[in-house]
Amino acid sequence: MEFKDYYQVMGVARDATEAQIKQAYRKLARKFHPDVSKLKDAEARFKELGEAYEVLKSPEKRAAYDQLGSGPRPGEDFRPPPGWDSGFEFSGAGRAGGNDTDYSDFFASLFGREAGGAGSRGRRRAASTHGEDQHAKIVLDLEASLAGGQRSLTLRAPSLDADGHVTTKDRTLNVQIPKGILAGQSIRLAGQGAPAEASGGTPGDLFLEVEFHPHRLYRVDGRDLYLSLPVAPWEAALGATVATPTPSGEVQLKIPAGSRGGGKLRLKGRGIPASPPGDLYAVIEIALPSAQEESARAAYLAFAAALPFNPRAALGA
Amino acid sequence: MSSREATVHGSQIFERYAVLTIHDLSRMCTVEPQDILALVEEGILEPLPEAAGEWQFTGDALRRARLALRLRHDLEVNLAGVALALDLLEEIHQLRRAIRRAGAQP
Repeated sequence: MEFKDYYQVMGVARDATEAQIKQAYRKLARKFHPDVSKLKDAEARFKELGEAYEVLKSPEKRAAYDQLGSGPRPGEDFRPPPGWDSGFEFSGAGRAGGNDTDYSDFFASLFGREAGGAGSRGRRRAASTHGEDQHAKIVLDLEASLAGGQRSLTLRAPSLDADGHVTTKDRTLNVQIPKGILAGQSIRLAGQGAPAEASGGTPGDLFLEVEFHPHRLYRVDGRDLYLSLPVAPWEAALGATVATPTPSGEVQLKIPAGSRGGGKLRLKGRGIPASPPGDLYAVIEIALPSAQEESARAAYLAFAAALPFNPRAALGA
Repeated sequence: MSSREATVHGSQIFERYAVLTIHDLSRMCTVEPQDILALVEEGILEPLPEAAGEWQFTGDALRRARLALRLRHDLEVNLAGVALALDLLEEIHQLRRAIRRAGAQP
């Protein structure tokens, strides 16, 4: 098990005051909160921070932790000495909404898995005849929403075995993905959440919040889709009808004469089949033929000779 | 450890069909009804306008309430601070969408 230097995690000195610890927590929490931060490791950093704060903000836990000394260097193997915590009593101030099994093995070996959650649990509504709801994010292919259909999803959740050790429990669910579901929306699986504590109670529900993998062709914006549509310069200038992929099959799209790069052509109702359905926007991208070939080179030169054209006229150059 | 489920679940979009009361929200967020009420008073949650009598919310309110309560707890900010953070997050979200529409990586 890795020894965790909670002072280092929080970037405070070992003799930091309670106020300094609180200040450091708030500053780092704003930086690494997964709802706010776009940093890749935000979630892991925030968890580590929460754990460090859980220990350092509580005088009893901090004193017990300090007694371990600076321990082995962070990352080195660590076992708590027997009886290390004698004489300390942990009152476990709660952290609401957290997952109690989220703590590192290091934390759990010192304070137990439930230490952090115990206080908040007191707030739970008296009759826990209703199990808690669980929430998970799932990442789907856009096609799952475009066509709907069944997907087999594997959810990984930490859980405690009979001895209180953490194990990862996988469960595979077959889920009917509703056609037209949008990113940020969710599917509720009734009764698939945590079991009720009281026997005979109803289990909670499981909420699956949908996100999409990036798609090969389409960019997703709510219910609308954006497709980059490359066209040749003469197609843009003279107009053309070009084959264009849409989620509901290929269509012949009319490019108006005089189209410019970045121009958008709307295909109404060809976006995500939500209600109301979204639109598909074909964004025109003017593609230039390569001038590698001698014939292409000659054509470009003829073009230049035939056409007095200053693309920088507006710059006054 | 793995358990297989042969049953097929789901098929409806929660945000589209759910109508939630304050009590539903407080149970689903494991907070007291007063905590949800405070979110309404701060303008973070808006009840459906047509509901007479008891307040009702769309399914979207669940995600918003959970996010607001998470921020309040984790960042130790008050609800005015949470409301501001949510507005700014929404603005960033809109900007990211605009960048994505333009075809760039946000």
